[in-house]
Amino acid sequence: MHTSSVPLYWRLQKSKYGLFGTKCLSCNTHFYPPKPLCSECRRKGRVVEHQFSGKGKILTFTIIRTAPEGFEKQAPYAIGIIELDEGAKIAGQIVGPFERLATGKRVRPVFRKIYEDSDDGIIHYGMKFVIDGKS
Amino acid sequence: MKVAVVGVGQTRMGEIWEKSLRDLSLEAGSLALQDAGLEGKDIEALFIGNMSAGRFIGQEHLGALMTEQAGLLPIPATRCEAACASGALAFRKALFSILSGHHEIVMVGGAEKMTDLSTGQAVATLASAGDQEWESHIGLTFAGLYALMARYYMEKYGLTREELALVPVKNHMHAMKNPYAQYRYEITVEDVINSPMISDPLRLLDCSPISDGAAAIIIAGEKVAKKFSSPVWFIGGGHASDTVSLHGRKSLSSLSAAIKAAEIAYRQAGVKPKDIDMAEVHDCFSIAEIMAYEDLGFAPKGKGKELLISGETKIGGRMPVNTDGGLKVGHPVGATGIKQIIEIVRQLRGKACNQVRDAKIGLAHNVGGSGATAIVNIFSREGG
Ligand SMILES: [Zn+2]
Repeated sequence: MHTSSVPLYWRLQKSKYGLFGTKCLSCNTHFYPPKPLCSECRRKGRVVEHQFSGKGKILTFTIIRTAPEGFEKQAPYAIGIIELDEGAKIAGQIVGPFERLATGKRVRPVFRKIYEDSDDGIIHYGMKFVIDGKS
Repeated sequence: MKVAVVGVGQTRMGEIWEKSLRDLSLEAGSLALQDAGLEGKDIEALFIGNMSAGRFIGQEHLGALMTEQAGLLPIPATRCEAACASGALAFRKALFSILSGHHEIVMVGGAEKMTDLSTGQAVATLASAGDQEWESHIGLTFAGLYALMARYYMEKYGLTREELALVPVKNHMHAMKNPYAQYRYEITVEDVINSPMISDPLRLLDCSPISDGAAAIIIAGEKVAKKFSSPVWFIGGGHASDTVSLHGRKSLSSLSAAIKAAEIAYRQAGVKPKDIDMAEVHDCFSIAEIMAYEDLGFAPKGKGKELLISGETKIGGRMPVNTDGGLKVGHPVGATGIKQIIEIVRQLRGKACNQVRDAKIGLAHNVGGSGATAIVNIFSREGG
């Protein structure tokens, strides 16, 4: 029973669809998901918007087989912690055959449906990751 | 001033369809009063740990409700929430209410009613203790979060799947003698690695169950506590926070909040990890117990498995861990932190189901979410 409020996804669409996060100009730390405050620099930090490439590598992954409500039809599906090239980490679904999953592999973002509230409900979209052909 | 636990009570843990959250809480509270030899009128305030009655049963405002249910009106009541660490949080707030001089005798309860929902709904409710916007939203579950840590840890430190299975094998063995446990049967390493995959590499027998249950303790300030026959003294505690999201953490193979909470607790108690005679650690998933050994200083980083291989944390070993079966006895999330303290009290009184010989000092480690809240409390048989 994930939150399915329209205003919530309207607020998050720029960062979720466009991979907009933030970075601190004072210490060059990148934040994705976006953070409005740099916890290291605090008021000395200068946090500005930053668009991520979404490219990175798999630090760890799992295959969810017992899914929460709303995801039952998708199971099994893979989720990884991706370290983006800018240094931020993000959790994301990894699409493609499970046999290709391995830590250290390079991934790039793809725009996909995340889930549907119901047959006639809202369809939520966002970024997933796909393993690069080369690796 | 010092504070001691003077009474304990708990329900059985499991799928208790015939009892409501109200019934379970009343049962645990009444047993704690009987154990202490106190009456309801002696209780000056109530603190209750509960993660998500609002989603599990659609009921909020538990503090007042439980006070009413227990016939304790009009004493003040506070509901405390920190996901699966709600119980230990309630204990901490109750402790402060005595240390501040406001109260002398306080009841601390923990309760959760999880089986009114379907498994999918319960899994989604538990996932709300994670980062809803950035982790739960993509279908990441609690088993999934711990599975991500498990794979990372296993690859980094060379922990094998069979070695990881030693955690539930030990805790199931301990739970055999626990009359309150949800499951009382022995399992083997083969059973674990052949049980259904939940979230790779974690399997069904690596996971704590979805459970109903309640636990309650009564704590009192020094002057009152000394009148009881076997008070168990609180000697130090720590509470620390980390990012709610797993992806936001610096480390994926330890819980920095637990390391910090333990450091504060040891300092306050004036004891070291080697002084601990037994511990209750938050083994919500197998990997969590191995990380706990390291976060609590029982083993160096990456070497937690050695304590399992050598049998040191088994009953009869040098420092038994999860002597009541840990979270394999059931994990009604809000009750767990209190249930851990109850096992320590039983051990230090010398009346536990798997008694550790001459146990003097016990430690409880309660974790909320995938590690965003960690609370460590240390208790001693002596010190009044
Ligand atoms: Zn900064």
